[in-house]
Amino acid sequence: MWKTILRRFLIMIPEVIILSILVFLLAKAMPGDPFTGSINPKADPAQIHHLMKINGLYDPWYQQYWNWVVHLFHGNLGNSYQYQEPVTRLIGGRAANTLWLALFTMILTYVFALPMGVYAGRHEGKLPDTIIRVYTYVTYCIPFFVILVIGIWIFGYVLGWFPTTGSISSSANNWIQTLGSRFYHILLPGLLGALFGTVNIVQYLRSEVIDSKHSDYVRTARSKGVPSKDIYRHHIFRNSLLPIAAFAGYSITGLLNGSIFTETVFSYPGMGLLFVNSISYRDYTVITALVLIYGILNLIGTLLSDIILSIVDPRIRIQ
Amino acid sequence: MAENFEQHSDISAADLARLTQEAQAEATPSTAKIIWSEFKADKPAMAALIIIVGFILFVMIGALFINTPKMMETNIMGYFNQPFTADYWLGADSAGRSVAKQLIVGSRNSIGIAIGLTVISSTFGICWGLISGYFNGYIDWGMQRIYDFMMMLPMTMMIIVLVTIIPHYNSVTLTFIFSIFYWEGTSRLIRSRTLAEAEKDYVAASKASGTSHWKIIFREIMPNISSLIIVDCTLSFAENIGVETGLSYLGFGLPSQTPSLGTMIANANDPNNITQYWWTWFPAALEIIILCLSISYVGQVLRRAADASQRQGSIN
Repeated sequence: MWKTILRRFLIMIPEVIILSILVFLLAKAMPGDPFTGSINPKADPAQIHHLMKINGLYDPWYQQYWNWVVHLFHGNLGNSYQYQEPVTRLIGGRAANTLWLALFTMILTYVFALPMGVYAGRHEGKLPDTIIRVYTYVTYCIPFFVILVIGIWIFGYVLGWFPTTGSISSSANNWIQTLGSRFYHILLPGLLGALFGTVNIVQYLRSEVIDSKHSDYVRTARSKGVPSKDIYRHHIFRNSLLPIAAFAGYSITGLLNGSIFTETVFSYPGMGLLFVNSISYRDYTVITALVLIYGILNLIGTLLSDIILSIVDPRIRIQ
Repeated sequence: MAENFEQHSDISAADLARLTQEAQAEATPSTAKIIWSEFKADKPAMAALIIIVGFILFVMIGALFINTPKMMETNIMGYFNQPFTADYWLGADSAGRSVAKQLIVGSRNSIGIAIGLTVISSTFGICWGLISGYFNGYIDWGMQRIYDFMMMLPMTMMIIVLVTIIPHYNSVTLTFIFSIFYWEGTSRLIRSRTLAEAEKDYVAASKASGTSHWKIIFREIMPNISSLIIVDCTLSFAENIGVETGLSYLGFGLPSQTPSLGTMIANANDPNNITQYWWTWFPAALEIIILCLSISYVGQVLRRAADASQRQGSIN
């Protein structure tokens, strides 16, 4: 068990190093230097030259990379050229927004998916099952950003039920209003994300329930006279809980990758929107930091899922 | 062959022909036949197939008759022209450009990129999965580590960064950039099936009789998992439509002067457009939804055809 986890950790290290080199080189290869746009067009080219020099932009790439890594370990990701603010502080606030939204979406996804999966499996082949299968199929096929645009059109603009931009309204004064306003702003993107992200969990749970229906332990429970409702709730459902929990790691990575779209459509100030904005400003200290953070979060998500799965299923450990 | 056979056995040529015919009648029908009977049994699937093929042909041919640079010129007289009029079937956008024409050219571009992306990334993914699953030792381990690494990369971000770095890109370079990141799903699926397939007796027999590895992989294993490959390609085609349009929507796919379904939906980013001038973006969104649903539905039918226990059509 611990050996598996340790091995997974060891494999992670070279992956992170290669990722950081790759990200750094890509950011370096981006066109334009970060000063040209931000200073007075009449500025002396020699002055720009001087700025580039003291910022180390003329050093060879490995030297720059090494400086960057050293700063990284001191918690210093550099300054954002666009916002003139340390990247760590800039991202810190945005990261909280993104993670709240992702967490909220994930909880809602489970709230919707768990009953649907069990119900569909229990009534396999009947009308509710067909409806749930058609629903998951439709939600799976449609590209998510189209759903977001149509969602914000119907519920945000036409019906006016939800706010269409930002993460908090300016009129919120005390902490109750702040909390309420924040929640109100993530409600629509969270609901859309959850309603259109159930497919994996529902399908897994459904086939799991159908499989266990004919297993020995269910037959034993039935012969002891356990009511059907309790069999589904306590025996079958509890057995599939851990693998279902393992989906959490994967779904975090999916949600993070989707956050670029969600945050752009809803103008929600999270890391995804920050990334899109920074790209247009060639703000490459922010870009490198964000790609690195997303990569590491992906890695942690997958690691989490793999560890949970290896606890559940010993066969995975042996490899 | 028949004469040859006659010399060495006492079955007559007529008997042989009859036996052959009987054997052929009893043999498993060809994949194409199974798929066709499956479509005949499922009317909605037939409708979906006709929609897809008809629509793709329509936009491919229709786009030939449209002068794209002229279409993209600003025409102030047509400023937000209402839809359903003689000149503008689907209205016009803020620059007075016909939405219907943009939709046709945009669909051509988006579908073209999706097809190219499916062909390139699936070919690569299939080869990767086959080789990784068949050799299954250090080679597999190494290839799996590369796979893990690619899975870790935040795909959308990497594509956006690459698009920004490359100075002059067109739809072909764009297709290649997307392909770098979208082969993993296919390769994973193909690898797991190849792992199971490589354990089978016919592979062992081929190895024992000295067939080369490449011949076993591409002439023996690949045909045996062809149904899986067909299903996977269809489903990834549906997904790939979302890939290009999504990136174009964000503004990092096709440049804004080249219409794409994604850039058209990006009209919705303007609060005025999204509320008052719905025709500038809604047709494109609707088209993507219909296309993706139809293609995936066809994929589902193909999946049923590949799995004998789920077939609905009857052969003969």
